[in-house]
Amino acid sequence: MQKQAAQAHARLLPEKLTVYTTLVGLLNARNYNFGGEFVEAMIRQLKETLKNNLYNEAVYLVRFLSDLVNCHVIAAPSMVAMFENFISVTQEEDVPQVRSDWFVYVVLSCLPWVGKELYEKKDVEMDRLLSQIEGFLKRRVKTHVPMLQVWTAEKPHPQEEYLDCLWAQIQKLKKDRWQERHILRPYIAFDSVLCEALQHNLPPFTPPGHMPDAQYPMPRVIFRMFDYTDAPEGPVMPGSHSVERFVIEENLHCIIKSHWKERKTCAAQLLSYPGKNKIPLNYHIVEVIFGELFQLPSPPHIDVMYTTLLIELCKLQPGSLPQVLAQATEMLYMRLDTMNTTCIDRLINWFSHHLSNFQFRWSWDDWADCLTVDAEKPKPKFVKEVLEKCMRLSYHQRIVDIVPPTFAALIPAEPIFYYKYAIESNSSLPGYAVTITVSNAIKNRASNEEILTILKELFILPPLIFIMGKKFQFHEVLKTLTESDEGKLHILRVVYEVWRNHPQMIAVLVDKMIRTQIVDCAAVANWLFSQDMAHEFTRLYIWEILHSTIRKMNKHVQKIQKELEEAKDKLEKQQHKKDMEKNSEDEEGQLEEQIERLQEKVESAQSEQKNLFLVIFQRFIMMLTEHLVRCETGSVDISTPWYKNCIERLQQIFLMHHVTIQQYMGTLENLLFTAELDHHILAVYQQFCALQL
Amino acid sequence: MSVKLNALCSDSYVDISQYRDQHFKGNRYEQEKLLKQSHTLYVGNLSFYTTEEQVYELFSKSGDVKRIIIGLDKIKKTACGFCFVEYYTRADAEHAMRFINGTRLDDRIIRTDWDAGFKEGRQYGRGKSGGQVRDEYRQDYDPARGGYGKLAQQQRAPEGRNSF
Repeated sequence: MQKQAAQAHARLLPEKLTVYTTLVGLLNARNYNFGGEFVEAMIRQLKETLKNNLYNEAVYLVRFLSDLVNCHVIAAPSMVAMFENFISVTQEEDVPQVRSDWFVYVVLSCLPWVGKELYEKKDVEMDRLLSQIEGFLKRRVKTHVPMLQVWTAEKPHPQEEYLDCLWAQIQKLKKDRWQERHILRPYIAFDSVLCEALQHNLPPFTPPGHMPDAQYPMPRVIFRMFDYTDAPEGPVMPGSHSVERFVIEENLHCIIKSHWKERKTCAAQLLSYPGKNKIPLNYHIVEVIFGELFQLPSPPHIDVMYTTLLIELCKLQPGSLPQVLAQATEMLYMRLDTMNTTCIDRLINWFSHHLSNFQFRWSWDDWADCLTVDAEKPKPKFVKEVLEKCMRLSYHQRIVDIVPPTFAALIPAEPIFYYKYAIESNSSLPGYAVTITVSNAIKNRASNEEILTILKELFILPPLIFIMGKKFQFHEVLKTLTESDEGKLHILRVVYEVWRNHPQMIAVLVDKMIRTQIVDCAAVANWLFSQDMAHEFTRLYIWEILHSTIRKMNKHVQKIQKELEEAKDKLEKQQHKKDMEKNSEDEEGQLEEQIERLQEKVESAQSEQKNLFLVIFQRFIMMLTEHLVRCETGSVDISTPWYKNCIERLQQIFLMHHVTIQQYMGTLENLLFTAELDHHILAVYQQFCALQL
Repeated sequence: MSVKLNALCSDSYVDISQYRDQHFKGNRYEQEKLLKQSHTLYVGNLSFYTTEEQVYELFSKSGDVKRIIIGLDKIKKTACGFCFVEYYTRADAEHAMRFINGTRLDDRIIRTDWDAGFKEGRQYGRGKSGGQVRDEYRQDYDPARGGYGKLAQQQRAPEGRNSF
C-alpha cells in the first residue's frame, strides 16, 4: 500500500520528488525487499508509460529512479548503464529525430539531481556518455526552430531550442563540479541511516523499439522574457544557462500540471514554492505562465486557465504580483514588432480578458507611440484588437470612456448592423416594398413555400438577415437558396454587408450557417480569401472564423469515425451472441448495412476535410506568390506588415491543425508544396515537416 | 489512502452545488444525475444591462456555445440578472465552471452552477414581483439590479402614503 502511495505521488506531484525518494530510501534501509519490489514496480510502470506514448510521465519516473541513487536505493553503476542504453538510441538508423531527442532529454534532465553522485562513482563512463550526447546534438537538424519561436529577434533574449539550452546548463553544471544548491534534498539529513542501506541494481533496461504509431513529444523553444536586470530589488534571477533556472522552471511547470484544474490551489502552491526567498519568485511564475500561454503549437492547457490563474495570483499577492504583471505586459508590448502573430493573438485575448476583471484600468498614454505609426504595424494593430475585444466584453461607450481622446482612431466601430433597407427614409430604394412584404409575411408566419416564392422572384436576402438576426428559424428557406456555390458565396457576402461593424455577429452567423448546412466549410474559406474580404484579411476575427470552421470540420469527421467504430463494436458483439441466439441474422444484416453507410460517410467527410485544407493552402500560396513576385519586379522589400501577418497565418494553420494535416502530407507535397514554389513559402512547409522528424 | 490520492486529482470547481431546483419534475436522484451529465450552466449575479453578446463573448472562452437564454422578469419581460449557457460538450461546460465561474462580467463577479437542462418557463424569475427571488428580499442598493430589493423598496415608500 505504501508502495502504491509513493508511486502515485511520484506520478502526480513530481515537484515533491525528493521528499518521496527520501521516504523510499528510509523504507529500503529498514526493509531491503521493499526497496527491491518498489524498484521493480517502477520499472514495470516505466515500460507501460513508454508503450502508451506517455513520454512526459516517463520523464518523471526516470527522474525518480535517478534520485533513488542519491537515497542509496539504486546502485549508481546500474543507473549509468540505463543511461547508456538510452543514449544508444541516438545510434539507431531510420528513426525520427524526436525519438532520439526524448532519450537524450531524459538523461540530461536527470543530471541536476544525480549528476554529482554518478560522476563520483563512474566518471569515465559519464564523460563518454556526455561526449556521445554532444555528438548527437551537433548532428541534429533544427529546421523546426523558427516555427516555434515566440519572437524572431535574438535580443534581448534568444529563444533557444530546448535541448541546446539544457545542454548549455549541464555543461555549466559540470564546470561547477556538479555543485547544485537549489534542489531540496531531505535525504542529506538522513545520510547516516541511508548509507547503511543495501542498494539494488536496476535490471538491464532496453528502450522499447520505435513503433510507427509512436507519438514522441514535439520539440520546444525555451521562453525567456526576464533576466537578472529585471527584478529591481531582492534576490537575483539565476542566469539562463544556470541549472537552477532549469530546476525552478521544471518545478513550476510541474505545479501547474498538477493543479491547473483548481486555480486557488495552483496559485497557492506556486507562491509557496520552497526556496522562494532566494529567488525573485513572482518573476519566475509570470515567465513560466506566459511561456506556457505562448507555447507553439499550443499551450499545454486551455488559454482561459492562464487568465484566471494570473487573477488568482494577483489576489494572493496584491502588493507585488500586479506590478510584475504590468511590467511584463509593458515588455511584451515593446517587443510586438518581432512577436509571432499567433502569440500576439493570445496576448490580445489574455490582456483584454484580464482588463475586464480590473475595470479596464490601464495607462494607455504610455502607449501613445503606437499612434504615430502606420495603423497596420503590430503596435497600433494590437491596441485596436485589444479595444475591440474589450468592447465585446462590455459596450462601446465604456471603451470611449477608458481611453484618452488621442486614441479615438483605434476605438472600434459601434457594433450595429448596417442595413440600408432598415432606414425608412430610404423608401425610394428599390426593394423597400418587397422588404415590407417579406417582413410582414414572416411576422404573419407565412409558410416557408410562400416566403421562398417571394424571395426567389427577387433574390433579396438582406431582409431575412436583418429580421432574423440570431434567430435562425428560416434556415430551410436559406438552404434552398444557397444550393450552388454562387449562392453560398452570396449569402456570406450579404452577412458581411449587414454586420460588418459587428464581427462577433458575423462569426456567430457563419457558425450557425455551417451547422445548419446552409454553407459548407470550403465556401467559408473561399469567401475569407476572396478579394471582397482582402481589406479585412489581417483582422483577428477573420482568423478566428477560419480556425473555428476548420475545427468544426475536424469534429464532424471525428464524430462519424466514432459512430463507425461504435457500429463495428456492436457488430462484433452481435457475432458473439450469434452462437447463442438463432434469430439475430436480421440485426446483423442491418448492422452491416449501417457500417457500410457509415464507411461511405467517413470517406466523404475525410474527402471534404482534405479539400478544405487544399483550398486554404492553395489560396495562401496564390496570395503570397503574388506579393513576392510584385515585390521582386518592383525591387521592393517583401517584409511588409501584411506579408509578416500572412506568412505567419500560414504557419498558424500548420501548427494549430498539425494532427489532422499529418494525414494529408502526401497530397500536399505532390500537389502544392513542390520544389517550384518560392523558397519563402516552401520554408514554412519544410519547418512543419521538421517538427515530426 | 484512496481519499488522500483523490485529493491529488481534485477537481472541486466542477462538483455540483447544494442547490436543487424546487420546480424540477422528478426526484432528487434524477435531478442529480442530470446535473452530473449536464452541458448547461446557470449564470447568476448578472447586471440587468448585461447583453447576450457579452455573455457569448465571455463564455466562448471555454468552448463553443450552443445557445444562451437570458433570464426575464415574468411580468415586465425584461432581463432580470441571470441566464443559461448551453455548450455542445460537457468538457467545455466544465472549463467554464473552472475558469469563468467567480470572475467578472460587466464588473460583477458572476456565479455559474450546473443546470439540469433548460425547459420552457425556466427563463422567468420566480420572485413575487416578477424578478428573481433574491431581489425580493435583499436590503442592499444595487444600481445594476433595479436598486433596492423589492421588499426594501416597499418599506421605503409604502403604498397609500403621501411622500412629500
